[in-house]
Amino acid sequence: MTKLLEWLLGVSFVGIAWGLVTFDLLDLQLPSVCKEVAWPIPVYLLVVFGCYSLATVGYRVATFNDCEDAAKELQAQIKEAKEDLKQKGLKM
Amino acid sequence: SAAVQVSSVMRSTNKSQQRGDKYSVLLPTYNERENLPLIIWLLVKYFGDSGYDFEIIVIDDGSPDGTLQVAEQLQKIYGEDRILLRPRAKKLGLGTAYIHGIQHATGNFVIIMDADLSHHPKFIPRFIEKQKEGGYDLVSGTRYRGDGGVYGWDLRRKLISRGANFLTQVLLRPGASDLTGSFRLYKKEVLERLVERCVSKGYVFQMEMIVRARQLGYSVGEVPISFVDRVYGESKLGGNEIVSFVKGLLTLFATT
Ligand SMILES: Nc1nc2c(ncn2[C@@H]2O[C@H](COP(=O)(O)OP(=O)(O)OP(=O)(O)O)[C@@H](O)[C@H]2O)c(=O)[nH]1
Ligand SMILES: [Mg+2]
Repeated sequence: MTKLLEWLLGVSFVGIAWGLVTFDLLDLQLPSVCKEVAWPIPVYLLVVFGCYSLATVGYRVATFNDCEDAAKELQAQIKEAKEDLKQKGLKM
Repeated sequence: SAAVQVSSVMRSTNKSQQRGDKYSVLLPTYNERENLPLIIWLLVKYFGDSGYDFEIIVIDDGSPDGTLQVAEQLQKIYGEDRILLRPRAKKLGLGTAYIHGIQHATGNFVIIMDADLSHHPKFIPRFIEKQKEGGYDLVSGTRYRGDGGVYGWDLRRKLISRGANFLTQVLLRPGASDLTGSFRLYKKEVLERLVERCVSKGYVFQMEMIVRARQLGYSVGEVPISFVDRVYGESKLGGNEIVSFVKGLLTLFATT
């Protein structure tokens, strides 16, 4: 199954569950509280997911390691390598 | 007894050499005259220190800056058994460069990395240890985990990178944290099978490789790496990178 199908399946599952409760499609005589709670749930889910995404990406950008030491080490090694290669007869 | 003596001698020699493991490093180059000697020097240094058997395969695509001439000099310095030159007449792209390189690889493991010094050879021994530890089919370097990171990136680039990575994780759930990085170690037969199946180009190629690996049930290990932006030379990707990335992501989303 492709990831696209997995997503469609997941979304339709949630959609159907939501429809059943909100519009009482099975005539279960659900108390009206259920409907009122269920009605805005898709919007809640979207908002929560949006916030989660922003927070996660924001946090990861802020904590993205800056490898200063790696850059310094590399610079030093480049110098060392150039000297050694020159000695070995490399003409750049 | 003799047997005990032999076994103790064997134990003291490198375990990897005993098993006959050999690592072929594929270095695709296009205008890397300044970087190539440095990356090869570093590779020789770290392989020498760790004692693993290795070869370096340089796949130059007719670089106008004379990369191949530099490579020939390096071959003289380090020997034809260590440095193999498998040039092609013109620029045919990274994907086919790998295919071309694999055909000439004699190792049972293949390491793919950029020749522009963004990928530091010091991580290779860690890749190898990681592979042995879990018997992984492939080990991928990751900028996004543990001590991994980048150098020389501004906020914008970090944001794009993290954003794209998040989106990919949500859509594809690939089971690996760095999909667009191209510093990886593969079992040779695994790489051959993967390369056969992958059709994308550029960044998306790296992403497709790891997604297909998961699809085929291969195991993936990860090692944090620091990615230092190239010091010499110019980037060959670029242009409408983001557009092609999104296209590739959606293609993988719909087909894998
Ligand atoms: N043989 C071959 N090598 C290539 C070709 N295009 C790029 N390369 C090499 O592939 C590696 C990665 O290319 P880069 O230009 O550094 O791409 P990048 O790392 O995504 O871009 P930067 O982040 O700017 O460095 C380098 O070693 C290049 O020399 C090609 O068409 N043929
Ligand atoms: Mg690069």
